[in-house]
Amino acid sequence: MTRVAIVGAGPAGIRAAAALVEAGIRPVLLDEAARPGGQGYRTPSPGLDLDMAALMGSEAGHHARLHGLFAAIHDRVDYRPETLVWAVDGRTLHVATQGRAGMVAFDALLLATGATDRVVPCPGWTKPGVFTLGGAQAILKDQGCFIGRRVAFVGSSPLLLLAALQYQSLGAHVAAVVDTTPFGAKLAALPGLAASPRTLRRGIAYRTKLRAAGIPVHDGAAPVAIEGRDGVEGVRLRHGAREWTIACDAVALGHGLKPETQLADLAGAQFAYDPVFRQWLPETDADGRAGPSLYLAGDGAAIGGAYAAEASGTLAAAALLADHGRPQPKATLRRLRQEVARLRRFQRGLARAFAWPAGQAAALPDDATLCRCEGITAGEVRRAMAQPLGPREVNRVKAITRVGMGRCQGRICGPALADIVAAAAGLDHAAVGRLRGQAPVKPIPLALGAEPAG
Amino acid sequence: MKNVQAGVGQFVPAVRRHGAPIRITVDGEALDARAGDSILAAVLLRRRALRRHEFGGELRAGFCLMGACQDCWVWLDRERRVRACTTTVTEGMRIDLDAPDEEPASFD
Repeated sequence: MTRVAIVGAGPAGIRAAAALVEAGIRPVLLDEAARPGGQGYRTPSPGLDLDMAALMGSEAGHHARLHGLFAAIHDRVDYRPETLVWAVDGRTLHVATQGRAGMVAFDALLLATGATDRVVPCPGWTKPGVFTLGGAQAILKDQGCFIGRRVAFVGSSPLLLLAALQYQSLGAHVAAVVDTTPFGAKLAALPGLAASPRTLRRGIAYRTKLRAAGIPVHDGAAPVAIEGRDGVEGVRLRHGAREWTIACDAVALGHGLKPETQLADLAGAQFAYDPVFRQWLPETDADGRAGPSLYLAGDGAAIGGAYAAEASGTLAAAALLADHGRPQPKATLRRLRQEVARLRRFQRGLARAFAWPAGQAAALPDDATLCRCEGITAGEVRRAMAQPLGPREVNRVKAITRVGMGRCQGRICGPALADIVAAAAGLDHAAVGRLRGQAPVKPIPLALGAEPAG
Repeated sequence: MKNVQAGVGQFVPAVRRHGAPIRITVDGEALDARAGDSILAAVLLRRRALRRHEFGGELRAGFCLMGACQDCWVWLDRERRVRACTTTVTEGMRIDLDAPDEEPASFD
């Protein structure tokens, strides 16, 4: 029987597992988290017994269905939670489970590794009380907590409105929603957004509700600095010539999402530059094939949101089955392809509307921290580049300055680093390269790496 | 944790949080927590920051809250390094915020 390994137990991984189970295959489902669901549909910490209907809001039904599906296939899947896949070597995955090393051999690999927040740093962004936008939602669903008492939602993302409304409706004080993208720029992207009118209407409704609740929504404003001595006391904003400070004790910062592609990189996927997302994305065919016996699904392949993740998980599993001598019904494939394409097209529209503020990233002041792991400033990068024969490519800049070499492996600082390097080198963003994925994709104890398979 | 106001948390409960009361120690100081709390939630429900950055010494409280940024490392029993945001507390858990003198070797 074909040995299939799936990495990631979010909506894409669970749907892929279900499709394989239905075909009589028992996949290995490896997940770094302790509980299934991924980031968006996470299982709350069991001891706390949180009111998930309240926390999930309009997504409660979807959340329940996905977890119902997982429960139904659980005993037909080799599910391994708390398992970090830290390297791919040929047809072997290197894993770490609670400090123990192991290996998983596979014939086919399906990566459903999800996404993380993409963030433009600003002065003060390392202060306690500044969290990612996705984190502000994760802590709510996982732990039933708000990130602060007066929260400002800052960045460039449709999720700013969603998260702010979640917080507001659960009783938090929302200080403001600050969206870097001017309103006119969002309107200009409307034709692309027409691919999913229901989601578009929902976005407009969020705005109306927030305004009705008296929450200021600022379009086209950018953070100058996050202020405070030991924690967050306010965020200073600039809009044209006007500068002002909003009092708050927490900031949720988010400028869209970024696929977690490190394992795809190690598994041999090719990457292409996408000018709309301003990211290097793994190349796949319409079904998720990224190489021999390599399949990508969900936000880890291309940002599409939870519904696209589910459909693309089923689709990638169908492609895998077809490639292993089990052709799938053409009508099913066609329907899934259309759905995935439509939802991803909508996300491209959103990426245009809520653009990554490249200029803001490139203009990060010299004394501001760029790499929060190692405490390296934007100025250190610019000075290294200004040396005779200084680096003009991100991996070279990383080697010399250590930006992107710290614990997070460039997950957090990587996008802003590319804009700073491009601006300083006078090169196009696509010309400065991309930080290559390296094993281990997340830090592991050295002793673990040295041990034979456990 | 100098300069961190005791008793005032960065995090605030959003809904009713059940879970039996348990005790943990953070840098030798007893802290009330609940079964089901992540280490990060247990600490930030009661303090404004988690730890001091190993290079600059500035206060930090994690960032991504989902296991990606590695900005919330703490040590259990002075030997095992874990992420505070993805590790659940247990009764009597002994947490240290700074690396032991002999930091366990790790890739970075």
